[in-house]
Amino acid sequence: MIVLSDYLILAALLFSLAVAGIFLNRKNIIILLMCIELMLLAVNLNFIAFSHFSGDPAGQVFVFFILTVAAAEAAIGLAILVLLFRNLSTINVADLDRLKG
Amino acid sequence: MNSLIFYSFAAILLFAAVMVITVRNPVKAALFLVLAFFTSAGIWLMLHAEFLAISLVLVYVGAVLVLFLFVVMMLDIDVAPLKEGFARYLPLGILVAALIVVEMITVLNAPAFDIPAPAVVEESNTRQLGRLLYTVYVYPFEIASVILTVAIVAAITLTLRQHSRKLQDIGKQVAVRREDRVRLVNLRKKQDEGEEKP
Repeated sequence: MIVLSDYLILAALLFSLAVAGIFLNRKNIIILLMCIELMLLAVNLNFIAFSHFSGDPAGQVFVFFILTVAAAEAAIGLAILVLLFRNLSTINVADLDRLKG
Repeated sequence: MNSLIFYSFAAILLFAAVMVITVRNPVKAALFLVLAFFTSAGIWLMLHAEFLAISLVLVYVGAVLVLFLFVVMMLDIDVAPLKEGFARYLPLGILVAALIVVEMITVLNAPAFDIPAPAVVEESNTRQLGRLLYTVYVYPFEIASVILTVAIVAAITLTLRQHSRKLQDIGKQVAVRREDRVRLVNLRKKQDEGEEKP
């Protein structure tokens, strides 16, 4: 029998894999964006699991809004990425040091 | 049977996530991300969130990840320098990930989370969600649509090239003089000059 904690642990594993991915691929912006998508997926899984096991569909409404905002974020992020590549012809994070931060 | 499906889906999901973060080629990473989203749509179906599972496949796999693939293939990226530092940051990444996992599992294994599955609701999931969305959450719903519009406008404005814009400059059109557009050529004189040359 699958209980709530199984789903939560699966989401925790997914989230930590995404965090590890951000550490490993810290040069490649595309993979960084993909890792953010994975994180959002893990969070959505948590929301849906809680919504199912507590019998309250409001959690699913929240997932709906997260999907909307994530789609907008991905569209703008990829637009910035295309612009960056057009101007600098690189997507290496190490090369993006114009602001001398 | 149910737990068998759950564990196989969980295994595929985690495998796909590992491949996304370790694979060398960004196109393959995007394709493994498609696999991850598909598998989690299956897990969401097991949680009786049918509408969201289908919209995950339609919106995410159908639109967002295709956009990712488009961008990855459009840019001509040299992958080799982007992967350096992978081995250097591997221990740190694994350490942080393992810490998060250990902490979360310690918390989540508490007996408070050992809730068995509730009885299945008779009403369809889409009807339930729609009723909530258009009554209680109608104001956030409108805000979400505004956010999407802003995202469309922002993405188009960011990627629009300047020289591809076709705009009329009315002042320039009005200020044009006859000498700018019409050139009078004396054809007879030119012909005479041409005959004299040989």
